[in-house]
Amino acid sequence: MTLNNIWVFAQADGDTASTATLELLSKANTLGGSVTAFVAGSAGGAAAAFADHGAAKIYETGDLAGALPGPAVSSAMQAVINGGDAPDVIMFPQNYEGRDVMARLSVKLDRTVLTNSTDITVDGDSVTVQTPIFGGSKLVNSTFTGERPFLAAFRPKSFEAAGGAGAAGEIVAAAAGELGATGGATVTAVHVEETSGPKLDEAAVVVGGGRGLGDAEKYEMIETLAKLLKGAPGASRAIVDAGWVPYSYQVGQTGKVVKPTVYIAAGISGATQHMVGMKGSKNIIAINKDKEAPIFGVADLGIVGDVHKVLPQLIAALEARG
Amino acid sequence: MNVIVCVKQIPDPALPGELDPSTNTLKRDGKLILDESDSYGVEMALQLVNTAGEGSVTLVSMAPNDEVSGLRTALAMGAEKAVLVSDPALAGADALTTAKVLAGAIGRAGDYDLIIAGTESSDGYTGTVPEQMAEVLGLPSVGFAKTITVDGGTVKVDRQTEAGYDEVTCTLPAVVSVTAGVVEPRYPSFKGIMAAKSKPVDTVTAADLGIEAVSWAQQITSVDDAPAREAGEVIEDDGETFNKIVEFLDGLKVI
Repeated sequence: MTLNNIWVFAQADGDTASTATLELLSKANTLGGSVTAFVAGSAGGAAAAFADHGAAKIYETGDLAGALPGPAVSSAMQAVINGGDAPDVIMFPQNYEGRDVMARLSVKLDRTVLTNSTDITVDGDSVTVQTPIFGGSKLVNSTFTGERPFLAAFRPKSFEAAGGAGAAGEIVAAAAGELGATGGATVTAVHVEETSGPKLDEAAVVVGGGRGLGDAEKYEMIETLAKLLKGAPGASRAIVDAGWVPYSYQVGQTGKVVKPTVYIAAGISGATQHMVGMKGSKNIIAINKDKEAPIFGVADLGIVGDVHKVLPQLIAALEARG
Repeated sequence: MNVIVCVKQIPDPALPGELDPSTNTLKRDGKLILDESDSYGVEMALQLVNTAGEGSVTLVSMAPNDEVSGLRTALAMGAEKAVLVSDPALAGADALTTAKVLAGAIGRAGDYDLIIAGTESSDGYTGTVPEQMAEVLGLPSVGFAKTITVDGGTVKVDRQTEAGYDEVTCTLPAVVSVTAGVVEPRYPSFKGIMAAKSKPVDTVTAADLGIEAVSWAQQITSVDDAPAREAGEVIEDDGETFNKIVEFLDGLKVI
């Protein structure tokens, strides 16, 4: 038995399909089974993009009325599975909603989960996912050994989104069952933290700041440099935890995965947690005063020096170019 | 206001991690410490109990070899007691098994209004245990909490999102997972450290919790070295190296 039926937990922001969803649909479409997108809420205008990336069928839960998606979507998935349309694999994006839905479903179906994966391979009956550990220096291959469906979550940017699949995208309603106490959480207000410039995970240039900046005020240099390079400012977990910048700036295992043309790491030593989020950058420039810092092991250009000297000089030089 | 906090005791993250060559799972047979990301949950629980003016904080943990070093740290911060599940049969357990075991341990920990956990551990970082535990217990849950306020029978949580944050209201009892950096964890006082030595730790096995057959449906088949990223040029700053950076950026046509 190979893979006949693959589901992807699909997300959209209004009518725009999430990039992570399109990446997973594209990968699912290469694994040789029929591909289904399972949407929290309704697919709306994103349905066309889901179909273009391989979704032959699109299940919609309908409006969740402010409920967090974990209990409701997993309940809807379970109902479809019990109704006879049982997938071999369900792929989730490694993000807030993806792991909540996957976690709830794993208990409902009594299935193990594998998370933080960056690849999936199918060999006959066997399905294996690959997960980087130790800052991406080792790759662990884990095989599912139990009953299907297999539940796996993948980091963003693990796969290329490829349109042009021309799948049918037939929309089918899939309602959640009675949630009882588990449905007790409701979103009462949504706050969007406005940022100017390109998005952190889409920018061609990312400038990341870390503990080596010394104090929160010095982060302004990172923002100035990012702006000059039409890039996005990012941060290590250390300075996010210290409250210098919001969580949305965080690059790393628990933050964003970035793969820009250039990543400039300023005052970042290169902890495992951070490296996982930026090692895939096409080019890396590192500035750090400790020449033993692990970040130099992955840098194309490493400057052993003081960020408080090098950054102002760099900023002045770029400003002089206009 | 009784709060249960799930805490993990992990190998010191400052030391290089090592895999057991026979199982390819993380070696956990050395000394373990309190996962720093759990200290935030402990602090938040202590503050909630303090605000309520009554109740206590109980710890729940699963660790090999009856390990209590990390629990003692959290007890020294002010938690009252702990339930520790320690069982060789649980070595290498998956997240689902861990969630079932912790849910069982919570059943022994007494009455509770709220369960707090970290969003993910710093060593295994599967990131599903709090939500799985909630499902096992039939409770609602809110992940990625930045703030928690208890108001009668409900809890109000600011939950981090990709774009900012959501305000969420949730009925109690509930499971809430917290991120690092949300509060400033207190340092245990000398008095706290001394008191922690005599606080009760109820050590049990999986069978004591009524969990008999333990297995998980995944297996590590191999571990590969990742293709190494070649280190490039590393130069000492002589006051002029910013020019090198400008040249490099120029070469990539990003300026």
